[in-house]
Amino acid sequence: MPWFKKTKKPKPLRSDRARSTVPEGLWVKCQGCREIIYSKELARSLKICPKCGYHFRIEIEERIRLLLDKGFAELCSDLRPIDPLSFKDTKPYKDRLKAYQKRLGVPDAAFVLEGTMQGIPVILAAMNYRFMGGSMGSVVGEKIARAAEIATDRGIPLVVVSASGGARMQEGILSLMQMAKISAALNRLRQAGLPYISILTDPTTGGVTASFAMLGDINLAEPGALIGFAGPRVIEQTLRESLPEGFQRSEFLLEKGFLDMVVPRPELKAMVVRCLRHFTVRSIA
Amino acid sequence: MADENNFEAPLVDLRRRIEELEGYPEGSGHEAELDRLRGALDKKAREVFGKLTPWQTTLVARHFDRPYTLDYIDHLMEDWVEIHGDRSYADDPAIVGGLATFRGRSVAVIGHQKGRGTKERIFRNFGQPRPEGYRKALRIFKMAEKFNLPVLTLIDTPGAYPGIGAEERGQAEAIARNLIEMAALRVPIIVTVTGEGGSGGALALGVGNRVFMLEYSIYSVISPEGCAAILWKDQDRKAEAASALRLTASDLNRLGVIDAVIPEPIGGAHADHHAACQRVGDILEQALNELSEATAEELIAERHHKFSALGAFEER
Ligand SMILES: [Zn+2]
Repeated sequence: MPWFKKTKKPKPLRSDRARSTVPEGLWVKCQGCREIIYSKELARSLKICPKCGYHFRIEIEERIRLLLDKGFAELCSDLRPIDPLSFKDTKPYKDRLKAYQKRLGVPDAAFVLEGTMQGIPVILAAMNYRFMGGSMGSVVGEKIARAAEIATDRGIPLVVVSASGGARMQEGILSLMQMAKISAALNRLRQAGLPYISILTDPTTGGVTASFAMLGDINLAEPGALIGFAGPRVIEQTLRESLPEGFQRSEFLLEKGFLDMVVPRPELKAMVVRCLRHFTVRSIA
Repeated sequence: MADENNFEAPLVDLRRRIEELEGYPEGSGHEAELDRLRGALDKKAREVFGKLTPWQTTLVARHFDRPYTLDYIDHLMEDWVEIHGDRSYADDPAIVGGLATFRGRSVAVIGHQKGRGTKERIFRNFGQPRPEGYRKALRIFKMAEKFNLPVLTLIDTPGAYPGIGAEERGQAEAIARNLIEMAALRVPIIVTVTGEGGSGGALALGVGNRVFMLEYSIYSVISPEGCAAILWKDQDRKAEAASALRLTASDLNRLGVIDAVIPEPIGGAHADHHAACQRVGDILEQALNELSEATAEELIAERHHKFSALGAFEER
């Protein structure tokens, strides 16, 4: 897996630093209980606070290793983003892409993998929040759509891990259209009678929630993940009032009926496997 | 750029003077002046609308006098039967839908509805649907499928409503559900963006076999204001954001996202509802004719193929 072998750890991105990815220092303040935790201890515990169970965000590589058995392989690794609109805000999109690619050593914000989960063959697509906030442009959209198409063609289940602020503005309307593209691919998977497990992690908002993330046969989320359509700041600005405690968190979505389960990180793989077994094993005879 | 928002001012003035003269009794010798003013209005309108910036196009797309879904229905449909409610929570006035006869055919029509006048605008929530609006639309899609009716959707929304109740009732799920169910629908779907195509809230009615846009409508992943606030940290850079986003009908046509641009009457659809509606009607009729022989499987495959092709990337 060439993309796995990085010589040095990527530097944390500035836009990401304020949030809950584990910083480089020796000690970390937990955002759940405000306690100070030794960062090595945190790394050993799948980045879950040993005191209160707060789930810090984890790196995509760790996420993939957590879900797939050893011996997986990357698919669709040749896709590279371009700048179809010649988009420029305070910085050209091309330069932004290059900066992220250089810092993270990956071309864009998603991976597609073939592998097994406790022996069950699956196609896994996973989003990388550290790459431009996991935003979905053409490459991310194409990869997730292809993941669904490959799963359909091979007759095996699809698992998607979402972590995204939504559609990527810098690719304009083409980003929006990825929602329709992936949904059409998921329709083929559905018609083929194949399982689709959607795992929502912190954060999953905007056009990602409003397309494939909400369309799983089973929708699972990690505890405390921010999940919604509109971002909390947009809602606050529209309503000019602050939002209730726990609004748009996993537990809130479970209560409202949009998730099947909230599953702690260490149990996630086992739970996906249990669901897949029910879907794929027709009899024990 | 000083008068960027006020580009229609010279037209408004000419229209007012024409209206005034039209009220004069016949034979009072004003006909020559009236002809001259009409000619001047035509020329000026062509000039102004010939060089709209993307931001100005956005303003035209949002014009309060622009025809809305119910105006198109009024001009183009007979036997309109509006149906209501999502059968699980409420009726959402920001989306209207029902059955109608269009040029001799029964069709299902679904569209966003903005209000005219303050009171109706509030009632319609400024055309920003809540989940029950999308679920009502889904109900009508399924009804159309059951009775083998083609579906016409008209898109005109700033976006899905960002509110607490909307989130609680699953705004994201409602939009997502429509995307996959529209992809799977066994009858033709023809989509027309008539005004504002605001992000996921627009796309939730937008997965069609044909997608058309009126000449001065817009379709975008985010509003220019929202984009400016996030990327420039300054809402006032909305005109720059509007240009950067490539949100005009000609941009989308160039990007291959839509099938055709529907030309608007001189001075925009709001200047002549009748002409605008007829132009939309003509292209809808043509598309319906083209799709009338297609099987359900062909229609589904066509939508899958059409949306699968969207996106721009390199493959090394
Ligand atoms: Zn803690």
